[in-house]
Amino acid sequence: MSALFQDGIAPRAKLAVAGLIAAALVGFSAIVEVPESQQAVVMWLGDPVRVINRYKPGVDYGNTGAGLSLRVPFLETLVRVDRRVLNLDMERQQVNSSDQQRLEVDAYARFRIIDPVKMVRTAGTAERVQEQLQPIMTSVLRQGLASYTFQSLLTPERGVMMEQIRKALDIEAREYGAQIIDVRIKRADLPDGTPLERAYARMEAAREQEATTIRAMGQKQAQIIRADAEATAAKIYAEAYGKDPSFYDFYRAMESYRTTFANPANKSSTTIVLTPDNDYLRQFRSQKGQ
Amino acid sequence: MKQLAERIAQEIQRRFQSRKQDRVWDMSPALPPVFNAEQDDGDAEGKKPEGNRPEGTGPRNPWQTPSGGPGGGKGAPPRRASSLEDIFRARRENGGPGGPGPMPSGPNFRIPQRPDGKSWTPLVLGGVALVWLVFSTGHQLSSNEQGVVTTFGKYTATIGPGMNFTAPWPIQRVRVEDVTSIRRDNVPEGETEKLMLTGDQSLVDLSYIIRWNIRNLKQFAYQLEDPQGTVREVAEAAMRASVAEVKLNDVMLGTRRAEIESNVRQRMQAVLDAYHSGILVQGVDIKKADPPSKVNDAFQRVQAAQQDANRDMSNARAYAEQVVQRAEGDATAFNKVYAQYKLAPEVTRRRMYYATMEQVLSQNDKVIAPAGGFNSYMPLPAIQKKPAEDGVVVKP
Repeated sequence: MSALFQDGIAPRAKLAVAGLIAAALVGFSAIVEVPESQQAVVMWLGDPVRVINRYKPGVDYGNTGAGLSLRVPFLETLVRVDRRVLNLDMERQQVNSSDQQRLEVDAYARFRIIDPVKMVRTAGTAERVQEQLQPIMTSVLRQGLASYTFQSLLTPERGVMMEQIRKALDIEAREYGAQIIDVRIKRADLPDGTPLERAYARMEAAREQEATTIRAMGQKQAQIIRADAEATAAKIYAEAYGKDPSFYDFYRAMESYRTTFANPANKSSTTIVLTPDNDYLRQFRSQKGQ
Repeated sequence: MKQLAERIAQEIQRRFQSRKQDRVWDMSPALPPVFNAEQDDGDAEGKKPEGNRPEGTGPRNPWQTPSGGPGGGKGAPPRRASSLEDIFRARRENGGPGGPGPMPSGPNFRIPQRPDGKSWTPLVLGGVALVWLVFSTGHQLSSNEQGVVTTFGKYTATIGPGMNFTAPWPIQRVRVEDVTSIRRDNVPEGETEKLMLTGDQSLVDLSYIIRWNIRNLKQFAYQLEDPQGTVREVAEAAMRASVAEVKLNDVMLGTRRAEIESNVRQRMQAVLDAYHSGILVQGVDIKKADPPSKVNDAFQRVQAAQQDANRDMSNARAYAEQVVQRAEGDATAFNKVYAQYKLAPEVTRRRMYYATMEQVLSQNDKVIAPAGGFNSYMPLPAIQKKPAEDGVVVKP
């Protein structure tokens, strides 16, 4: 570049070259590049006049207006605003349910800037919108959850509740040109301390009960099994012995005598007094008589 | 290690001694302090290079071969490096200005003149331009990758695996992502306890894996500010909602675990689709569902109870088996005898009677007494000897 000026070119030519360069610079500054992930608010001397690549639902990427655009150099400035779905995290906090149970809730919302002009006017940047919306979200959530019982916070009813909270938050968010897409409870936990200890105690009690029930059930089953077996045995005996009850009586008596009086395990002997007219001694007697 | 320790010890001793010598030696006007300081650069702790020390003054480093005379530290041919320190010094010296090293480097490096005496600048610029063109126009994507091409920030196309060409860098840009490989997210990361409330207001320590990949790269690239973080948050919300719908035992004992997993997957997919995130949830796997560590004992007592119950039942079954077998044995024995009895009832009966009586009476004391009242006069030693309840009178 310096060579051009040194080589003795006429002052007019120098001027022309300088003019060309200036024009090129101005030309370049008239072109702005807006990526797909951004929308840009064009400010005419600080006053928002139009939006490049504004978010419109249903318009596919590639047709949105992203890419190169023109602006008036120097007079028009650009404020770039994220066009994507943004995250709004709520700080973890304790909420009271309608039945006065305390619950530690972690929630998040997803939002998108749909009216960047409004957003720039009211908040300036997306971060500021987040800052502004955070306390609102907290209070909306607190209010919303306070009208539900603890149990219903854990059940599918939660979906309905979150939709209501989303709507409530959305109304507020519209003021900042934002749209709340979704609000969701990430975590709903019992706070440390008494509630948690109580839950543990309840779980322990439930386990104790379960253990007792299991033991009792086991005993019951065992009893049934034994009774079944005894019934089966009785049936088997009845079938066998029922064929001839009088013979059974005799057979069993014989067995019983043996077990009682002739048990090898029982060494102590018994003195049996027999009268001579005992049936056993019948032959004995008749021989004597003969 | 031992060698090194010895070496360090000797080195310390040597330096300690050399310091005394150096003090005298530093006074010498022949060697200005500046020169010494320069030499010291090589040894931060004040060790002098051997070559600069007058012969015979300082103690000698036993690992160092004698160098080529005074001031030979720089000009000397590279000697065999004998310690780590020496190796580093040798490097520095070789790389230094005017050093004998083979690699020309440092501030004094000059590009040799081109044969025709022209400047190198156009060639260098041309080379840079070529590299720039090659790297920013050709894009080789492997089979699991896709890329989104933007022209001045505007989405233009999605490119697939293989070689792709685009306009060079400031005009078109390519963002390449792995789309087919399944990403795995562990929740929670690490081994911390993660408690969730179940439908019966109990707590379960749950950890799970989310498997997902990119279904639509265009949406994935532009729709969400933080897609990965969103996947985790959505998973967390869905998992907690699903766990809150079931009872503790259903989660823990695994009876409805598969149901929960598919439930979470569907919920996540629904939410991510509503966000137009371009993410496909492949699956959610519950890795672990345990009782909280604080109530683990109670859960183990339930297991113990279960074992007790099982033991009771198996004892009962053993008893039942015994009773039935015994009945069958008795019945079979009776049937067999009865079959014989039927063939000759009277004989069998008498035989059995006598056999039994034989057995009974042979093993016991017997007294044959007439019926009537002389029992009281009888000297019955057996009866007197023994307790009365043992005495049995068999009446006809």
